[in-house]
Amino acid sequence: MGAQPLLKIENLVKHFYVRLGAFGERAATVHALDDVSLDIVEGETLSLVGESGCGKSTTGFTILNLHRATSGQVVYKGQDLTALDEKKMRPFRRDLQIVFQDPYSTLNPRMTVGEAIGEPILFHKLAGKAELEGKVKALLTDVGLPPRFASRYPHELSGGQRQRVAIARALACQPKFIVCDEAISALDVSIQAQIINLLLDLQEKYGLTYLFIAHDLAVVRHISTRVGVMYLGRLAELASRDALFETPLHPYTKALLSAVPETDPEHERSRKRQILEGDVPSPLAPPSGCRFHTRCPIAMEVCSRVVPKWKEARPGHLVACHAVNGE
Amino acid sequence: MMSGKTENRLLDVKGLTVEIETRSGPAVIVDGIDLHVDKGETLGVVGESGCGKSLTMLSLMRLLPNKIRVAKGEAHFNGRDLQRMSNRELRKVRGGDIGFVFQDPMTSLNPVMRIGDQLAEPLIYHRGLTRKEARARAIELLRLVGIPGPEERIQAYPHELSGGMRQRVMIAIGLSCDPKLLIADEPTTALDVTIQAQIVDLVKGLREKLGMSVVWITHDLALIAGLVDRVVVLYAGTVVEDAPVDALYANPRHPYTRGLLASIPKLSDAPASRLTSIGGTPPEPGRRPEGCPFAPRCPLAMDICRTHVPKLEPVSAAGGHRAACFAVEKAREAA
Repeated sequence: MGAQPLLKIENLVKHFYVRLGAFGERAATVHALDDVSLDIVEGETLSLVGESGCGKSTTGFTILNLHRATSGQVVYKGQDLTALDEKKMRPFRRDLQIVFQDPYSTLNPRMTVGEAIGEPILFHKLAGKAELEGKVKALLTDVGLPPRFASRYPHELSGGQRQRVAIARALACQPKFIVCDEAISALDVSIQAQIINLLLDLQEKYGLTYLFIAHDLAVVRHISTRVGVMYLGRLAELASRDALFETPLHPYTKALLSAVPETDPEHERSRKRQILEGDVPSPLAPPSGCRFHTRCPIAMEVCSRVVPKWKEARPGHLVACHAVNGE
Repeated sequence: MMSGKTENRLLDVKGLTVEIETRSGPAVIVDGIDLHVDKGETLGVVGESGCGKSLTMLSLMRLLPNKIRVAKGEAHFNGRDLQRMSNRELRKVRGGDIGFVFQDPMTSLNPVMRIGDQLAEPLIYHRGLTRKEARARAIELLRLVGIPGPEERIQAYPHELSGGMRQRVMIAIGLSCDPKLLIADEPTTALDVTIQAQIVDLVKGLREKLGMSVVWITHDLALIAGLVDRVVVLYAGTVVEDAPVDALYANPRHPYTRGLLASIPKLSDAPASRLTSIGGTPPEPGRRPEGCPFAPRCPLAMDICRTHVPKLEPVSAAGGHRAACFAVEKAREAA
């Protein structure tokens, strides 16, 4: 497992153009994603965290070309995916899959579990009709469901079981890379742990690379190799899991970590939280300079004017903050 | 009609059973729940979806949806049985002595009413304030929950506020009549973690300032660790464990509580280690198995667990820690 990137994301930008007002008379731009660059290394789990509207899901969607990038590149196997139309994209879709948050709305209620899992196999011509049944049953076993579930409909399954089906469907065409877009967020705690274990088992077995999009930092800490923190469409910090959780550099990362509760009553009662004031500003009109400056406890004059550079403060530890100097 | 054991008891629920009407007859979804809240105490009610935590609290106020009704049980608030009150009497309690904060402020606030008017409504109804007095108090309440520029904000409609701000408005409404008890049903579940921290801090501060009792309903054991005095764990419509907060986290007795705590990733876990998960899934509401509802998923299940329902009994010498499990019986006798 070398350190070569599986995917190279360069200066990725995604703007949505919307019309506001009762009659849509005002045009506006949602700055969902601005100038995001990162490498995804083969075999790793790279997590993206941040609060609603920070652009973490948009990043996943744009990498997979499910949203057309406004500018920037996503390089996979020497090919810039953002330049491909849907037809040319198809062969790449085999390698690049996604599991969504809501296992209720992502499965077709009129298709049996077997049909849902079998569809990508037939589409990519990975098996003939004769071998299909065997493949589907093997996939169900892989995700911990009994093979007889192939004939069931989604409404007969629980949330955790449906999420297992969604994972089996993503696995069906032997992908290299899976975006897990809040894939465990809608599940109950006891079920969440089952799915986390499943994702870890599958990664080990098939050498998968994950882009894990989540807002639960305890889960992220548990499963990630590296973690990126996003705020209002930009990357604030990116580092190895331990560096990010133990020596965070960006004031937003620090505030985010300080807000995460732990299952230790004594620690929780005595701990001094750093409470951020106010709300995340609207991505329709993001603040100038550093987008975090309106809530930052250590903001300086320069922060409201100049966008901080994305720099390597320590080896492998990248951050965008005027207050952080390289070491 | 005092039914509480001590003078200090504010809410005392006994044997509360809630049923849903189905095509094949009534099905029990909350099965004989006992719980109590003392004056000034904060109680955490924890459980996964479908365990009946929200229904229990809604049934206290007789706010249950169609086809769901209280089959038996008592719920004494300040010595009076809420289940036997007339609607007229109950209306005085709802939003008055008992304040509510619901999970989703988008559906619980009236979208075509200014938030100032929504805040003033209970003040005029319950406390007999004039419109002018109510307006002044509404501004004061918004300031109390940390909304900047309250004089202008009372003119705003809910859609003009962010999620965190709307939840603050909900809390302000819940607090408006100085309730003795605030029932908060997953008030931060829809919010981001930094906003969640703001809201938890806010309720902690207000609780001390106003000396009220709080019931905080949640699925998140980490969130309430530093917030509550005592925790009640629900599973499939029954109380499986009831303990002081420190005892619950340090020494959980029921296998479900243990499983739940083990399912949450900890800072001390090795990277990418497998979490201890509870196998299987909870029974669907109304389709509970015979015997202990947790038995089909329980690593300690014995024969008796599949035929008999364990009672909630003390597991510590002091008696403050109770669990409903046949497997912890030995520990109890030793204690």
